[in-house]
Formats: sequence, structure tokens, C-alpha cells
Amino acid sequence: MSDRILLATRKGFFDVRRVCGRWRIAATAFLGDQISMVLRDPRDGTVYAAQALGHFGVKLQRSETEGRTWHEVPAPAFPRAADAEKGPSVDYILALEPGGAAAPGRLWCGTIPGGLFRSDDRGASWRLDEALWNAPGRAEWRGGGFDKPGIDSICVDPRDPRHVTLAVSTGGVWQTADGGGSWRPTSEGMFAVYMPPERRKDPLVQDVHRLVQCAAAPEGLWAQHHNGVFRSTNGGRRWREVKAIRPSKFGFAVQVHPGDPDTAWFVPGVKDECRIPVDAKLVVARTRDGGASFEVLTRGLPQKDAYDLVHRHGLAVDATGTRLAMGSTTGHLWVSENAGSLWTLVSGNLPPIACVRFA
Amino acid sequence: MARVAFTDNLKRHIACPVVRADGRTVAAVLDTVFAANPRLRSYVLDDQGRLRRHVHVYVNAERIADPIALSDRVRPDDEVFVFQALSGG
Repeated sequence: MSDRILLATRKGFFDVRRVCGRWRIAATAFLGDQISMVLRDPRDGTVYAAQALGHFGVKLQRSETEGRTWHEVPAPAFPRAADAEKGPSVDYILALEPGGAAAPGRLWCGTIPGGLFRSDDRGASWRLDEALWNAPGRAEWRGGGFDKPGIDSICVDPRDPRHVTLAVSTGGVWQTADGGGSWRPTSEGMFAVYMPPERRKDPLVQDVHRLVQCAAAPEGLWAQHHNGVFRSTNGGRRWREVKAIRPSKFGFAVQVHPGDPDTAWFVPGVKDECRIPVDAKLVVARTRDGGASFEVLTRGLPQKDAYDLVHRHGLAVDATGTRLAMGSTTGHLWVSENAGSLWTLVSGNLPPIACVRFA
Repeated sequence: MARVAFTDNLKRHIACPVVRADGRTVAAVLDTVFAANPRLRSYVLDDQGRLRRHVHVYVNAERIADPIALSDRVRPDDEVFVFQALSGG
């Protein structure tokens, strides 16, 4: 099991470690700065932290010393447009993923306003995926929570690094089989009842808050959508709604067991216009049967006066599928050592947490 | 050469001492500064070379009128000041 958790928070980077059976904050970096995303690349041990400096833009920091020292590398940036007044600029890094064991050095980065960037040199340089940016239908993407659309999830097929599945809020699920040379929307079966009737099943309007892929069975995908929970068992070619989710179908976070595509976790909130836990009780919903049924896990979580929201990257599972970590907008960090059955509070005094990752 | 100074808030992230720089426009002056300090560019300008939305540039006492192309004129004895709008919590 992983004994290390990295956090991206509103006020800095946190390195949390389990020492002698107890989790504690072992190190911090960039205190005072908003960090939107963190990653420890398991292929080479490099740690990345994406800064969202309110005034001074998006920056990417890299550490080859497990976070002891950092240096800035170029952040993904759009090429200059013919019309500088209208050209895009990266507002926020929303997803950062290693490009697969067979593509060392490759990283994928999803941004607001919807640009996907690829690096083949560990972030030393970035290139906009022009095929996706210019894809028919991309113009239909809209902001979901932010003013502009964001690529929030990037799933690299462990069998083939050229096969990438990503999610857009809002813009649905897209896939490439050739490393980003061409893309197609794969949101069939998703729907959004809040849209006009003619557009509800339109693959380009689907608001996928978070998409995850089972490492051992990559055909198994789960999505927490603005409209509810969806699952695919055929690599995203067809999605079906998972109606058994409770206590509500709205949320942002989802994780799937890396070894079992039928086991997944969610953190439901009341609904889109009221983003707090149902009855002010924070719970995790777990299915072990592919979504046919859910257990509502409460042990160790606040069951009174709790107003924590768990963002789309606020829930993590380690490589064993046994240890989970969860961070909230209220600055609480919990860990579970038994797949969510019991949670232990690590800290309740952190800044609002955007991203939790095992390292 | 114009005198170019930066907000202390920016100095928290990157070294940017007061410098003297040639140029007849704000764009030209900043290009001179960035030539010697390339990493500074992305802190002040966005991907398209526009002034970042929450960054302001004043020439002497006047806020520049063109945050897109930075075409405002600069004279050799002018002071160019780069600072941030106040926001956040």
C-alpha cells in the first residue's frame, strides 16, 4: 500500500506521509499559492505541481528530489493566434497524467479552456493537440462551473499509450487510438435532462465531472456526470446510467478499484444547485457489483453539520484498491485503510483541497 | 532608457529587479526586459502576448490604454511600473 499522499490545495502543496502507523504532514511547498494539480510520476519519481497564480498565470513546477527542491518548467501554452485579441490562453491545469509505461517521458495535460497538451520530455516542452482543438464538435464545448470548458480527466490505456480517453466538462467523453492524431466523441448513452429535449443525448453537451478507468480491465469506465452516474463496460462505446447510487446522484468525485472494474466509490452531494452533503452528513457510496447496489459508508466521517464538498480530484485510491484518501473543500483529509469501510481524519485544518493523489 | 519596476508580489515568485530598458513602446520595453529574463514573460503576458487580465502596467502615472498589443508610447526618461490588481482571499 502507498504510504504517501500528495495534496493540491488553495494555499499550497502538501506531502502527507504515514510514519509508524500515523499519517502526518511531512512537507509543504508553495505556501500561499493556489495549486490545482499534483502528480508523482511512478515511472521516474518526478513530482509535478501546477500553480494557478491568480495574477500571474499558470505555472508548472517539477521536482526530481521528491519535493525537497523544485524548479519551474514551461507550462502548457497555446500557440499565437492570427488575432491576438481572440486567441486562447491557458487559465488552469485541471488534469495531468503520465503517458503510459511504454512512452517514458510523455505527459498529458488537460486545461481550461479545453486545450489538451502533450509533452514527450517530462514537461520541458508542450505541444497543443491540434487534432482535438480543431475537431468538429469542439466548438460545442461549454463551461461547467468555470467560464470555459475544461478537460478534467485523462485515462491512458495501460495496454497501449496511443489509446487515450478523456472527459470534458462540458463536452463529453473523447477518445484517440493514435496518440492524439485523431479524436472521436464516445458519449453514447449519456444524457443530460437539464438540456433542451433535442440536445439531451447530444454527445457534445455531456458534463462529465470525472472519468476513471480500471487499470486491470481498461474496458471498465466510470463517470460522475452532472446528471448522475454512468458506467461503460466496453471501453466507452456505450454508457448506461447507474440508478442505484445513493443518497443522491450528484457529485464530482469517482474512483474505481484498480483490480476490479465492478468496485467504485463516489461522494454524493445534494444536487447541482446545492453542493453540500445530503442532510449535512458526509458519506462515501461504494459499489462492489458494478453499480447494481451501493453501500453508504459513514464510519469515521462527520454525520452532523458537515458541509464538505469533495472536488473531482479529491478522492484517491492506491494501487492495491484497499487504501483510500479523500480531501474536501473544507480542508479535511481522511484516509481509509479498508476500502472505505472506516475513515480516519488526518487533518481538519488544511486549505480547501483540489486534488488528492497517492504517490 | 526607461526605468522598469515590478510589484513586490511578483518578486515572491521570480526575480525581477528594477532595470533600465530601451524601447519606444511598452511592448518593446518589456521585450528588452524579457530578453534578459525569459521566464518573466509568462508572469506578465498570457499565451497570446496580451497583458494578463489581473496585471496592470502604468507609464508614469497613466495606466496603459492597449493591454492587447502594448502599443502605448514610452519615452527614455519614463517609468514603467508592472503591478497586480488586488483580488483573492
